[in-house]
Amino acid sequence: MATAMLGTWTAIVVASQPPQPPPTPVPAILTNYPSIAAVHLAKPDDGDWPMVRRTYDGWGYSPLDQITPANVARLRPVWVFSTGVTNGHEAAPIVNKGVMFVATPGNQVIALDAKRGTLLWRYRRPLPEDVIFLHPTSRGVALFGDTVFFASGDAVLVALDARTGKETWTTTVADNKSGYYMSVAPLVADGKVMVGASGGELGVRGFVAAFDVVSGREVWRTYTVPAPGEPGSETWPKGDQWKTGGGSVWVTGNYDPATNLAFWGTGNGGPWMGDQRPGDNLYTSSTVAIDVASGKIKGHHQYHPNDSWDWDEVSPPILVDFVREGKTIKGLIDVARDGYLWFLERTDGRINFVEGKPYVKHNVFTSLDPRSGRPNVDPARQPGTDKNAEFCPSHWGGKNWPPIAFSPKTRLIYIPANENLCGSIIGRKVEYSAGRGFTGATSNLIVAPNADHIGEVQAWNVDTGMRAWTHTFGMSINWGPMLATGGGLVFTGGTQDRLFRAFDAATGQLLWEFPTNSGITGQPVSFSVDGTQYIAVQSGWGIDARAMQARLNRLMPGDFPDVPEGGAIWVFAVR
Amino acid sequence: MTMSSRRALLKAGLTLGLGWRVTPVLAADQEDSASARPKEGDLLIRLGDATRTPLTPDDIRIGAAQTMAWTVDAGDHLVRNASRLNQIMLLRFDPAGLSAETRARAADGVVAYTAICTHNGCDVQDWLPESNAVYCACHESSFDPRDGAKVVDGPAPRPLPALPLKVVDGKLVVAKPFTARVGFEPS
Repeated sequence: MATAMLGTWTAIVVASQPPQPPPTPVPAILTNYPSIAAVHLAKPDDGDWPMVRRTYDGWGYSPLDQITPANVARLRPVWVFSTGVTNGHEAAPIVNKGVMFVATPGNQVIALDAKRGTLLWRYRRPLPEDVIFLHPTSRGVALFGDTVFFASGDAVLVALDARTGKETWTTTVADNKSGYYMSVAPLVADGKVMVGASGGELGVRGFVAAFDVVSGREVWRTYTVPAPGEPGSETWPKGDQWKTGGGSVWVTGNYDPATNLAFWGTGNGGPWMGDQRPGDNLYTSSTVAIDVASGKIKGHHQYHPNDSWDWDEVSPPILVDFVREGKTIKGLIDVARDGYLWFLERTDGRINFVEGKPYVKHNVFTSLDPRSGRPNVDPARQPGTDKNAEFCPSHWGGKNWPPIAFSPKTRLIYIPANENLCGSIIGRKVEYSAGRGFTGATSNLIVAPNADHIGEVQAWNVDTGMRAWTHTFGMSINWGPMLATGGGLVFTGGTQDRLFRAFDAATGQLLWEFPTNSGITGQPVSFSVDGTQYIAVQSGWGIDARAMQARLNRLMPGDFPDVPEGGAIWVFAVR
Repeated sequence: MTMSSRRALLKAGLTLGLGWRVTPVLAADQEDSASARPKEGDLLIRLGDATRTPLTPDDIRIGAAQTMAWTVDAGDHLVRNASRLNQIMLLRFDPAGLSAETRARAADGVVAYTAICTHNGCDVQDWLPESNAVYCACHESSFDPRDGAKVVDGPAPRPLPALPLKVVDGKLVVAKPFTARVGFEPS
């Protein structure tokens, strides 16, 4: 039944539990809710945060400058709102003219008055009890027109009326019983809403699919693993490996309106061991440049061929023009899970390599081809079937999915890194069975000898390619997405101590910290209402941050204790 | 019905392709049966075994990694594989090494648990021989199958529900339904 539904579209609401009606009477803030046009996404008003990274270039930067290093010590909570659910809260609160939309675990979207924290509506989509949803979270919603787009965990794209929280349409994106599930925040551009699906551990074939923003009809679907005969298929063996080849897509792509290209990151190959799918395996562990009009892949850069380390490169590059040797390059900057910082050039198609260098301990690449950036891999560091290999960074990477931020004022990018973590993997043969685990591997985490810290915030100058400052968190991991502001601050959480922090963006000096209810893996944002600048973030520990912490606690009992769970939305302002 | 005649029927069903030449109403019933949780009297077969040979205690090696299995309805002989929540793992230990509660649910030292992690619903596929624990690679939860699959480590909030077993005519048979609700809380 589910298979028959694949790719079909229904205008009829299928959820068995109706969303709650809005409070009566409808608050003025909702009746006055302003539609979002393409121009608002291309150039958001300073006080808004209308998409997960605020702007299409993925900077995670707000130009608001009321909160500064001089007054951030007076930053205080204005309101806090319990989400009512546990697990990892990873979404950015999305704000349009004082209305906030927050996706949470539990397949939920909450609309709030951003200034007061008053509930406007709450949408929950029930999931079947046997749903496959291995990373049960959402990384955020997307806005366009009067619609809120939400990628439901069971691989259904949902369009909600922004004023009521009621479903306008739903579209089944992929078959959940075959292991496809969604946690990605949708991307809206060129009249389309785009999503990808997770499932890289379940033998999926990754894709990006685009749907008409008004009707929900599928416009195109581009697989990240080519079928035989398609470009890139020559990098796969002759068998059926491509059908289960991975390349999942679970972090929102960035977009260049000038070329109508969206830059999406792709996940690990499936199964995990590259020797079971000999070849480079395009387009796994890559950035693909997809023409949003046609869905065609116009360019790509594969960070490492034949992935055997579970190094998803789903976190997409940000679009920043940077200087090299006196020349401005229309750039892409990617902080990869493989532990390398990549500077690339974007064009109207092809992606060119500029520079790559490690930002954490790394021992897998022996060198990079100076023209293509293709790494030469130390075979002793590549795990295989019945072959154990140790390598750095660990399979969770130097940086996992949490996004970096960029400030055009400091010309620095801000990286949430985990240093001093290595790992090992041993592979085994694995048989595909729809919806069942398809990694064929067992992994271990190793703390580097004499490690004095793990979590870091790193700042790198994009024009010099040099590191400007590093803040270390001792023996705490860091899974904190970054926010940079025009006031010269960087905000992030990510550590086990529940702290939300502000750093001086130029110097890295720690200026302010506040203990929240749980650990923060949510994407912080900034917005303004009635002339006041606010900072918002979700606190709620879980998913892979919790997994890494739990595994470290097993290696070093008591040193990485459990972090309290339970989600809340926090909003701060200077008082 | 004896086990041998039941097995014969199972095989006959396979040969005749039963289940595919039925009315839609019957097909719906079969879907329900294949989705229903294991019931007392169900047989067990190895996951992926096209021959659907019922498992015996001797098919499960002492101290080895878990064997993944489905159960088979004793009445209509359908494999209960329409819900992933019906995936079962089998392990075998020296009964002397089992807790009293687990020993009471074991059959010749064979214990059965859901293969679905109580944390986020991943398949618990790995075996840690050094600690005699089953392990979920998704989020690092491990469970002690010798002691009610209690949580040894990691974020799982509760033990893996057990499926009590007995031996009938030399074959492993479900003695009672799962000891608790299987699965996790998706929302």
